[in-house]
Amino acid sequence: MCDTIVHFRVHSHHPHVVKRTTVLRGKDNDAMGQTGSAIDTSHIHDIAAGIRRRVLDHTLNNNGGYMSQACSSAELLSCLYGGVVNLPPADAPLLPKSFVGAPAPGGINRATGAVFHGAPSAEHDRLIISPAHYALVVYAALIETGRLDEDALADFNKDGSTVEMIGAEHSPGFETTTGSLAQALSQSIGIALARRTRGESGKTWVFMSDGEFQEGQTWEGLQAASHYSLDSLRIIVDVNQAQCDGPMDQVMSIEPLAEKISAFGWDVHKLDGHDVDGIIAASEAEGSKPRALLCFTDPVRGLPLLEDRAPVLHYLRFKSEDERARYQEAYKEMVK
Amino acid sequence: MSFEVVARPHQENFLAWSKDKPQVVVLSADLTNSCEVGVWRDTYPERFFSMGMAEQNMLGVAAGMAREGLEPWLHTFSVFLYRRPLDQLQMSVAYPSLPVRLVGFLPGIMTPGGVTHQAIEDVAILRAVPNMTIFEVGDATEVESVIEIAHAIDGPVYIRQLRGEVSRIFPREEPIIFNHARHLSSGNDVSLLTSGIMTEEALRALPLIKDKGVGVDHLHISTLKPFSDPQVVQSVSNAKHAVITMENHSIVGGLGSAVAEVMAENGVGTPLQRIGIRDTYAHGASQKYLMAELGLDARALVTAVEKALGKSLGISDDELSDARIIDVHSSAKAEAL
Repeated sequence: MCDTIVHFRVHSHHPHVVKRTTVLRGKDNDAMGQTGSAIDTSHIHDIAAGIRRRVLDHTLNNNGGYMSQACSSAELLSCLYGGVVNLPPADAPLLPKSFVGAPAPGGINRATGAVFHGAPSAEHDRLIISPAHYALVVYAALIETGRLDEDALADFNKDGSTVEMIGAEHSPGFETTTGSLAQALSQSIGIALARRTRGESGKTWVFMSDGEFQEGQTWEGLQAASHYSLDSLRIIVDVNQAQCDGPMDQVMSIEPLAEKISAFGWDVHKLDGHDVDGIIAASEAEGSKPRALLCFTDPVRGLPLLEDRAPVLHYLRFKSEDERARYQEAYKEMVK
Repeated sequence: MSFEVVARPHQENFLAWSKDKPQVVVLSADLTNSCEVGVWRDTYPERFFSMGMAEQNMLGVAAGMAREGLEPWLHTFSVFLYRRPLDQLQMSVAYPSLPVRLVGFLPGIMTPGGVTHQAIEDVAILRAVPNMTIFEVGDATEVESVIEIAHAIDGPVYIRQLRGEVSRIFPREEPIIFNHARHLSSGNDVSLLTSGIMTEEALRALPLIKDKGVGVDHLHISTLKPFSDPQVVQSVSNAKHAVITMENHSIVGGLGSAVAEVMAENGVGTPLQRIGIRDTYAHGASQKYLMAELGLDARALVTAVEKALGKSLGISDDELSDARIIDVHSSAKAEAL
């Protein structure tokens, strides 16, 4: 491999949307589609479909939701929770607890949503969610993988519930508090360094969004992980190229992202974020550096109706009953 | 007679204290020798993490380590612990109430480094941050013993720490006590509450003031949060003429404000005078120069007492500069420190 970037040529009919991966280069090519992985890709596709279905259902019932995040990241989260991250097993779907209070000195209220990730061990991986506004998508992924009771979504954004709109560390699947973006990477470096001092073999994964690469702290973290040669650290990024104000290249450009991260001393894999085989192959490839999986995604994948609202896709709230009816129709198609 | 001066009390004390504590790690942001942990780094290299000039990341890394059972002790200048990375301090460390120790050097106007290096509002900001415990040390004995009381707290701790040549005012065998002021003298005219280096400064003027027949009830405060020591209510309630606070910090939000809150909540109507930085930034100059310029010195205390009593005490500048403490230790012991 020529350097640490594995290049996937991507093209798109939409300036901000990458539709598919067509070509890749380097030794990973052979692995594509026949990864030899033990991970069941058909199961992962089922999880991804379930994520989109549940988030759309919820959005319809609540007249709002982070729908484009579900469309862009469904395959990423289904890969992470479907086997790419070696999480400890969950015995049974858990019901979320009510909010009991903020943490306080003396270990008060310090329990976190990590319980939905199973009992941690030296051999298992850890998964830290950075963009906390993906909470609904994370909850859907937890339900689809048997870790969270499906009734939990009834508590979403309800007063007194931990199933919050923007997850915090008491929320299912959240191990830390990351709603102020770009803090999870640093926290995860601390976790990974501590695990290394104990000689643990498990990896530490961080799910990130591309908007976080506008924050200076992200680059401080990338620099530190490289300085400490933290090869147990993996970030997987939903590069949906969209943020609250609109397309990222209009709000604040971050490209060339892969080259920048590579220059910081990381192994960078540039991927189609809807290509499950590619994500699995990149996660299992050999490497001795901290690793970034930059997953270019389509924020309307699986729900083309959303394209009508481009370029502002951050949050879906129906503007009319007519619009809601069209989404209702799309939902009916999904559950067929 | 003057106080014993101890060179770098933190350096040797922290080195010895952490020897048998493998969970203790040090994180530093390119001020390692300046914060007296250069020898520590060389002694325990596997427990030392250089984080470079990247404090936001350092706070987050510390949070992650603390979640995994390590006890991170961050060493840098105070301003780089709370001012630059405040969001990271709050969301990564304070909200989860993680046992991260923030050892902040150069509190207030102790550096000629100027406004960028002078932490004059750190106590105000961090008092407002839930879950924080805040200590400020006033001498070498407290520099040494604050480590143990910080270690005992299962939550985030911020220490206004002293470095370099530090006076030993309090006996080594009388360590700092959590949320418990040192009662240094008794009297009914004025209640005086001092913190940090201002205690030593006050002790220079107090013998002269007491010689004029003024009764001063003097508390040295080393726990700024929580601020619930019953000695404080007792002292301010007994003062006939005034309550005076003295801090190496802005008068907004620090010790003076904490005392004002206690007085108001307890219906104590005695006039309060807050000696401190009067809502202004400082600049690069020597500690002695800035203390005089900003009104943080012994003269400021004499003036405050005179205002409280409505009369001049006739204490000259020569007397003040010559003032030395004779027997603070014995008098302090009499008050059961």
